[in-house]
Amino acid sequence: MTKEKKTLNLNFGPQHPAAHGVLRLILELDGEVVEHADPHIGLLHRGTEKLIENKTYIQAIPYFDRLDYVAPMNQEHAFALAIEKILDIEVPIRAQFIRVMFCEIGRILSHILNITTQALDVGALTPSLWGFEERETLMTFYERVSGSRLHANYFRAGGVHQDLPRGLEEDIAKFCQKFPKVIDDLETLLTDNRIFKQRNVDIGIVSKQDALDYSFSGVMLRGSGIPWDLRKSQPYECYEQFDFKIPIGKNGDCYDRYLCRIEEMRESVNIINQCIAQMPTGPIKSLDGKISPPPKKELKESMEALIHHFKLFTEGYRVKKDEIYVAVEAPKGEFGVYLISDGTSKPYKCKIRAPGFSHLQAMDYLIKGHMLADVPAVLGSMDVVFGEIDR
Amino acid sequence: MKNLSDLEKKINSELTTKIKSSKIVHNQVFLTIDSEDLLEVILFLKNNNNMNFKQLIDITAVDYPENERRFKLVYLLLSHEFNSRVVIDLQINENEMVSTLTSVYPSSNWMEREVFDMYGIKFNDHPDLRRILTDYGFEGHPLRKDFPLTGHNEVRYSEDEKKVVYEKVKLEQNYRNFDYESPWEGTEYIKKQSKNND
Repeated sequence: MTKEKKTLNLNFGPQHPAAHGVLRLILELDGEVVEHADPHIGLLHRGTEKLIENKTYIQAIPYFDRLDYVAPMNQEHAFALAIEKILDIEVPIRAQFIRVMFCEIGRILSHILNITTQALDVGALTPSLWGFEERETLMTFYERVSGSRLHANYFRAGGVHQDLPRGLEEDIAKFCQKFPKVIDDLETLLTDNRIFKQRNVDIGIVSKQDALDYSFSGVMLRGSGIPWDLRKSQPYECYEQFDFKIPIGKNGDCYDRYLCRIEEMRESVNIINQCIAQMPTGPIKSLDGKISPPPKKELKESMEALIHHFKLFTEGYRVKKDEIYVAVEAPKGEFGVYLISDGTSKPYKCKIRAPGFSHLQAMDYLIKGHMLADVPAVLGSMDVVFGEIDR
Repeated sequence: MKNLSDLEKKINSELTTKIKSSKIVHNQVFLTIDSEDLLEVILFLKNNNNMNFKQLIDITAVDYPENERRFKLVYLLLSHEFNSRVVIDLQINENEMVSTLTSVYPSSNWMEREVFDMYGIKFNDHPDLRRILTDYGFEGHPLRKDFPLTGHNEVRYSEDEKKVVYEKVKLEQNYRNFDYESPWEGTEYIKKQSKNND
């Protein structure tokens, strides 16, 4: 008599704490081995792209905070760059430095969250307690510069919304001094930890070819040994002026991706330090009155400023007919904006290319043949955030 | 091909009639092709040693309801080796099918599902053409220009029925779309004048 093979269907999520949000993963299990995984996404779909088509360019910026909500400013950056390239706006150098500094802060924010929650998923509680304390400090920097901890709405086409408040640079410098010590502490907890290694080494291996085929980017690509980082290979903003290294993985497993993220945090600290040391003075947004709103003080005195202010916040600025794709190296990978403008003050089409979307797509390929317990480990190392995947 | 204009020339000379037009804008090569040539062009760009566009970055569509061929499909490719990007676009009408790229780039699976979900464009031989981002049982294609911003249905938890219910959208106030176009620059005769000056 032959035994009939029976598979078990398991619903992982949408309310599972290790699903990193609202992922509904339907797993087909043979005993404890995963045979097939079918991710159902879209539970956080808010129609961002449709909404952006109906808002002016200035009003569209806050929607970008809500995509990858653990590193909001990196998203805004892509959109601001797209508009700037179409309009051919010169961004003052101080604004560029501020933007780079906050993008790197965003990278650290995202990587801390990812590393510590990945550790949490495989059973280590302490890293998240230590890491979140640092995130809180970083978010107060966000708050001091933009007024809110998470949804910053700080970058604008042509610069940033307002200048750094007094004392912020010193405080960020202080943070950069003591943060490498925290990374060391996290590493003592995880890097050589026997359990952490057992759960991550040789799990979810991605070959070079597959990383390309599945449109991976960011750490998912570098973890597999492909040296590709948009900050180096297609430098935008003023990244050429900074001296930093790109960590590359070797085996393409979850552990290598963890190591890459750790090293990237160190490099980000390095970039922030350089930003602070070389921070130029000058204006923080484009001086073109047709793009940047005038300072509040001028409103009371200058007729022209008043008109500009009124026009910018009712009609908004117009963007000439064009088509462009701009990508930035967000913490999770290549975040791109494909923008079509039609000469009015609202985008005709704005497609958002989220790195997590392609990464999650490969879930089935990555998890096939692994044990059920490896699902959270692989999911954690992919660094998925549903704000950007579901849009 | 390191140089973008060389790349453009090379593509044009190799694919000749398949390329309807090409241009270089913002450091990217834009190609316009016919929908039936899609697979051939993509395979060439992926496998030719001078191209090596090994990665599909994204697929998307744009809706132009006033055009005879309503949708523009857009494919974004990236070559790591030569550090260049190509944007391929093609026009199709509402009922036309486009061949899937799943055999060339596995990642196109979800991207095509998204285009199908958002615009209702169907792909030939796609292994699994289901909706992806919208709700189970959703009707319509939200990113089409004739789909209202508020949508058609809303959901809430009904205390009486003890379950989530779907209802037609009821708004206290209709969505208002103000026309802020400048009375100076926006009026018809000024627009005509500035057009003549261009």
